[in-house]
Amino acid sequence: MPHRQSLSALNRMLATGGISSTEITTHFLDRIEKNQQLNAFVSVDREQTLARAQQADHSRRNERNLNLKGLPVALKDIFCTQDLLTSCGSRILSNFVSPYDATVVERLDKDGFFVLGKTNMDEFAMGSSNESSYFGPVLNPWNTARVPGGSSGGSAAAVSARLAPAAIGTDTGGSIRQPAAFCGLTGLKPSYGRISRYGMVAYASSLDQAGPITQSAEDAALLLQTMAGFDSRDSTSLDTAVPDYLSALNTGLENVRLGIPKEFLDPSIDPEVLSTIETALQEFEKLGAKLVDIELPNSGAGIAAYYVIAPAEASSNLSKFDGVRYGHRASEFSDLLDMYEKSRAEGFGDEVKRRILIGSYALSAGYYDAYYLKAQKVRRIIANDFSQAFKQCDLIAGPTTPSTAFPLGKNLDDPVSMYLNDVFTVPVNLAGLPAISLPAGFDQSGLPIGLQLIGPYLKEANILSAAHAYQKVTDWHQRIPGDYE
Amino acid sequence: MSISKSDVERVARLARIGIEPHEAERYSIDLSNILTLVEQMNKIDTEGIQPMAHPQDITLRLRDDEVKEVNKRDKFQAIAPAVNQGLYLVPKVID
Repeated sequence: MPHRQSLSALNRMLATGGISSTEITTHFLDRIEKNQQLNAFVSVDREQTLARAQQADHSRRNERNLNLKGLPVALKDIFCTQDLLTSCGSRILSNFVSPYDATVVERLDKDGFFVLGKTNMDEFAMGSSNESSYFGPVLNPWNTARVPGGSSGGSAAAVSARLAPAAIGTDTGGSIRQPAAFCGLTGLKPSYGRISRYGMVAYASSLDQAGPITQSAEDAALLLQTMAGFDSRDSTSLDTAVPDYLSALNTGLENVRLGIPKEFLDPSIDPEVLSTIETALQEFEKLGAKLVDIELPNSGAGIAAYYVIAPAEASSNLSKFDGVRYGHRASEFSDLLDMYEKSRAEGFGDEVKRRILIGSYALSAGYYDAYYLKAQKVRRIIANDFSQAFKQCDLIAGPTTPSTAFPLGKNLDDPVSMYLNDVFTVPVNLAGLPAISLPAGFDQSGLPIGLQLIGPYLKEANILSAAHAYQKVTDWHQRIPGDYE
Repeated sequence: MSISKSDVERVARLARIGIEPHEAERYSIDLSNILTLVEQMNKIDTEGIQPMAHPQDITLRLRDDEVKEVNKRDKFQAIAPAVNQGLYLVPKVID
């Protein structure tokens, strides 16, 4: 059954002719149709996707183009696609068909990965539970009374329930790693600038980064290899060579110094998460890693700085949604100002409005220095802490989240408690570093627990090889929720 | 610090988001709670620290001044709420 195979395994099966793209794609499309209760996908075009699979099979057979992957992946609905709606989880873009494709989509396409469907997400990627989507919440396949995490919740639920062999998400404050942790998956947030942001609807431009949500580090390496690289259309895209992530996978953990920040093993977090992470760290030690105590003394202020910087950037980025050139326009209004105010009031949900308002407030006259400038200074201090820490260690390890997946509705009326979910992931975005979340075990109620590995700038290969070494001796990442086996 | 209802109304006007009076009440509570969280950063001494706007401390690159994009007006206007003869339509601004 194709859904019991990883993306890398399917790739190998395709190469040896053991299976066709059409068989794989049909199988996943059928699974998507049968499992709509999860609400993981917002748009799927069966015929178009099958045509892509048939094309891939055809070119493999007739042109002997064996480099072409011919594999379907699920795509977060934040990436612009000409062939499917790009709604970004929002009413204001619920009718939006992009006139161009995102660079990520073009790069996937070039290697023969095609879009299986667009996945549900928190509105404009603002959220940690996928409950802020205009299209309704996504359910966690491990326990449908729990959230899948957010904002890439649909992407994570889709891979977790094996409705897709892999998915692409985005991570501004933890939006790949936290849902990966909640759904028992491997989620990689690459370094800022590693993957082009062109065609990715912007939330907070100095923090946003695309990355894969997969079943394994090997799968993540495969997709990163395809997506990484310079793009002149993104002014912050890095013009540096892309290493061979796949051949670096087997570097191993011998003598790798793993820094353990005492701030991340805080006794206030869920004790089951804490003990699981400690057990996982012992496993890393057995594989040759050396554990080193380190400090990230200011990481606790990361959330505070993030909730100024991200909303400030969002308030600017989202000002373009005004009902003039595309997207939702209110049907009745008295003048131009009224048209803007009504279109935006109807088009945006509560959490997006909160963040636009707090961002506009932080940037407004009289408050700029106290909030925005202060937050940028704290950001520098947090980034400096990481630089100091990496003098003593090669990678940093800790829990991805302070708890396992929480119940649907639990944090809905309390934005601040929702924000605190991102305490271990946000500092990484502020510093622009690469990090991965990988499955490290389960709590007693059967919910997955994620371990986070953080690396120095552009050291994705080191993170991936450490994760791969752990996944070679554990099977947490291969577990499938009972109802979806 | 707390954000009053009138602060919310002022900021909502700046952000061009229409809000009802009962919403202003609720947002003033939510936003005040968020500000209390945000003010935790005041515990950190940032004297003499350069603000960090971006993870890459580099100058943005420049490109040659040459036309690369083709005219896609029709494609862009095909998704607009209201157009006429190649122009975007909005309510009358000047009498």
